[in-house]
Amino acid sequence: MNAALRERLVPRMAACGSLTVRIEGESARLRCSGAMWLPEHGVLIAADLHLEKGSAFAARGQMLPPYDSRATLDRLEAEIALLDPRAVVLLGDSFHDARSIARMAAEDRARLDVMAVGRDWIWVEGNHDREALLAPSPLPGVVVETLTVGALTLTHEPLPGPRPGEVAGHLHPCARVVRHGRGVRRACFVTDGRRIILPAFGAFTGGLSVRDAAFDRMFEHPPMAAALGRDRVHALAWSAVG
Amino acid sequence: MTTLPPLFADWFASRGWAPRRHQLEMVAAAEAGRHALLVAPTGGGKTLAGFLPSLIELAERGPKPESGPGSGIHTLYLSPLKALTTDVERNLMAPIREIGLNIHVESRTGDTKQSKRQRQRDFPPDILLTTPEQLALFCAWEGSRAYFADLKCVVLDEVHAIWSGKRGDLLNLGLGRLQTFSPGMRRVALSATVEDPDLIRDWLSPRTGGAPSASDVQLVLGDPGAPPVIDVLVSEGRVPWAGHTGTHAIPEVYQAIRQAGLALIFVNTRWQSEFVFQQLWAINEDNLPIALHHGSLAAEQRRKVEAAMARGDLRAVVCTSTLDLGIDWGDVDLVIQLAAPKGSSRLVQRIGRANHRLDEPSRALLVPASRFEMLECQAAREAVAANAFDWEPVHIGTLDTLAQHIMGAACGEPFTLDDLYTEIIGCGPYRDLSWERFEEVVDLVATGGYALRTYDRFARIVKGHDGRWRVRNQMIAQRHRMNVGAIVTAGTLNVRVASRRAGGKQLIGGRKVGEAEEWYFEQLTTGDTFIFAGQIWAFMGIAGMDALVVPSKATEPKIPSWGGSKFPLSTSLADRVRSMVEDRDHWRVLPPDVQEWLELQEARSVIPGRDAMLIETFPRGTRHFLVAYPFEGRLAHTTLCMLLTRRLDRLGVGPLGFVVTDYALAVWSIRDMAGLDWNALFQEDMLGDDLEAWLEESFMMKRTFRNCALISGLIERRMPGQEKTGRQVTFSTDLIYDVLRRHQPDHLLLRAARADAASGLLDVQRLGQLLGRIRGRIRHAPLDKPSPFSVPALVQIGRERVGGDAAEMILEDSAEALIAEVMGEEVAA
Repeated sequence: MNAALRERLVPRMAACGSLTVRIEGESARLRCSGAMWLPEHGVLIAADLHLEKGSAFAARGQMLPPYDSRATLDRLEAEIALLDPRAVVLLGDSFHDARSIARMAAEDRARLDVMAVGRDWIWVEGNHDREALLAPSPLPGVVVETLTVGALTLTHEPLPGPRPGEVAGHLHPCARVVRHGRGVRRACFVTDGRRIILPAFGAFTGGLSVRDAAFDRMFEHPPMAAALGRDRVHALAWSAVG
Repeated sequence: MTTLPPLFADWFASRGWAPRRHQLEMVAAAEAGRHALLVAPTGGGKTLAGFLPSLIELAERGPKPESGPGSGIHTLYLSPLKALTTDVERNLMAPIREIGLNIHVESRTGDTKQSKRQRQRDFPPDILLTTPEQLALFCAWEGSRAYFADLKCVVLDEVHAIWSGKRGDLLNLGLGRLQTFSPGMRRVALSATVEDPDLIRDWLSPRTGGAPSASDVQLVLGDPGAPPVIDVLVSEGRVPWAGHTGTHAIPEVYQAIRQAGLALIFVNTRWQSEFVFQQLWAINEDNLPIALHHGSLAAEQRRKVEAAMARGDLRAVVCTSTLDLGIDWGDVDLVIQLAAPKGSSRLVQRIGRANHRLDEPSRALLVPASRFEMLECQAAREAVAANAFDWEPVHIGTLDTLAQHIMGAACGEPFTLDDLYTEIIGCGPYRDLSWERFEEVVDLVATGGYALRTYDRFARIVKGHDGRWRVRNQMIAQRHRMNVGAIVTAGTLNVRVASRRAGGKQLIGGRKVGEAEEWYFEQLTTGDTFIFAGQIWAFMGIAGMDALVVPSKATEPKIPSWGGSKFPLSTSLADRVRSMVEDRDHWRVLPPDVQEWLELQEARSVIPGRDAMLIETFPRGTRHFLVAYPFEGRLAHTTLCMLLTRRLDRLGVGPLGFVVTDYALAVWSIRDMAGLDWNALFQEDMLGDDLEAWLEESFMMKRTFRNCALISGLIERRMPGQEKTGRQVTFSTDLIYDVLRRHQPDHLLLRAARADAASGLLDVQRLGQLLGRIRGRIRHAPLDKPSPFSVPALVQIGRERVGGDAAEMILEDSAEALIAEVMGEEVAA
């Protein structure tokens, strides 16, 4: 990692295993769960929940387990219980497709209502769930295209070029590390201290290697990948990621 | 004694042959309308024996009717190998042509053109040669019942190679379907010599319930051939202490090739074959035509090698199990087995490749790679001389395969559960299937088998008002047909030569060199060099389904070939090796340096008894070592080590790592292990909670689950218009596994995966037998330095590294440097 990147990021490991970095000067905690916590603003951000992905496949004849939504909500609930955020921002593609909300079990929907009580609940539109979010629905909270928090702009799809302060999801970044003849693949955050791309938070969401061309246009200089370990986030130099 | 019809008798006479006894017995069995199993060594005219009754019947029938009764397929031939269908077609055409029979023979595999497939559907041949996967596909056809209504006979070739696995399950279920379509159909199976033919007879029998069913199938035994001449090569009179490739003996192997007409050099892995090929060419002063043949090479390249063998243009072929089965590609007169054979059945099969004439002995040369392998080679040689083959484990029909079959049946025609159940319990592997379990599998097929019933409205098969189950719609049927089969290979990638488009940065894939498992490339980083298809390449990256490579000028590949054998040492051969170790008189047949090694072991440590297990403990460097000698093969040893290290961890010993070989395992730790209670440590209860706990996080378990999910159809590999890459499937099935395990741990597929793991990659079954065998028979030898026996395992340590929590360790190791750099002292804080 070069000095400039280090200077900007100032990464620091917290006791709970999350990694604290600075994005355009804003302090951000990258959590093992794959969510990002902005302690100074009390805002919790999670990207790409893809709720009801299992049932979307089942509707087309592939019977993936119907437990993905509750697994994802379990993790989101745990984060909210721990951090008690002032606002929760779901960074787009929260639902897998246009009919996800209708397919969702009533008890799972009710859990969303309970989580939203006493805080701002903000759905950022994504390409998968724009239709679902914009239709009349019983969901709590508000739907926005983008949102500004301090120096940060929260949006679903990262745009090419230098975008200081952009916080996005969409790409489902994952990093591969090879050591001792064994490869390990993990979902990860990608950041250069100017902008950040979040890993997908959903239980069934696949990943795209950070070495894919899609990431090339996002960063002028090699960024850092922060891979999700079992109980801590691992900061990986770009050169260590295959 | 049966006599042949004059037409056939004359043909045999015209070739200067007489029909063999077993051929006549097969004809007699057919006349009596009996199912039959022919067990005969290679070279006995086995294939002809299988077909002879059909040829006779068809000759008597006269011209085939254009339509109506008798216009369908008469005989269906099923071979586990695609290539075999072509080979048999060629061999079968000779008598048909020479006798002048009006019999129409065609073959059909996954590679057969669509137009030909359609023609085969409209105008069925008399004899169709195909594979088990195609049979599964036939079962999923609409109209399959009518298509097979005339079927008189099914011939299963090389049945020994297939019956006791998932392909065998699917094949047997397909036979059950065919038997329903044509109740008078005869089942005929051809097998290489096996230890217990009754197991296959029982498997083949269509009987439901009742008495032992092996007797439903007539057993025909071929005459044994001349006993093979097997030599063990002791290179310059020395056997190396350790190793597993046998490459020390390459110059002598080369000499043996020079003296033979055509030699086959069998190795146990494809990477090893690449390595050996390279080594032989490095010393090939006479420029002998030596070729390479393994399953990863492009099909076209393999066909070229086969054709060259058949023409007699080659002097040697380095090959893997791809040449194990019965194809005659030429006049092989020497089989060389490089590194130990791992089992006597496979060895006999391979030796059979040399000399397809029964009355002349086949010649084989075994090349042991280490001293333990020397014992193994000697044991294998004695086993072959004693006609002792490997024991087959008990096999119970797998439920993921059953799920696939039920889906296929629904795609074919509507069924009632009662009828289908009756049909299925008539299939050998499923004879004991309970109705409850059957219903559970039907539910898995319909809605995924989840306790949470939210998918009922999406069911893939539905029960109609007539009480019959049918596929919900044609799209689902179509998708099932695209995914039929029981072989789930690890995701494979095409290996392509990379090039850059003019001016562009992006690499694009060009010529295809072959295919290889995805996991191999997962462990490479850009620029790593490796051997493939006889050349050294540099790895450039993965793009979609392609691994991009460029030729490298390196003379040594950076990433060594994958060591070790994928076949674990067979139970019966292991038993022989243990007996040989125990019996000092037996040592005299071994080379002097191996005898000295055994004597040294006796002097410095202990020679374990046949049923006992020796454990040695000693310090080395800053570590303490435990080396045990169960002789149960790599898979069972690996599982044992995984469980042992958990226990040692709890005992506060601080285990740091382990390695295994086919013969031994070594664990090293921070603290001394000499004072442990061995009987408690190796208690069979480790197969309870410890096993469960370990399986939870095991990478093997995830891979096994993925296979079950794919075979059962829970997850599909192929969708119309898109090919999902193995890498995508691997990633998402891991997540599915995690979620399912947490929310429905008793799900049918998780149970199926556990059962597979027990007999497959983890070999828990064998581990259980081991723990039972050594109960109260553990011999501990506390030593102050490594024993002669321990050397092969210790040498292995430098080569590989396995840890209990390898994945997290890799991340931590990689992160360590960076975090230290970035955060300096804060890491500690």
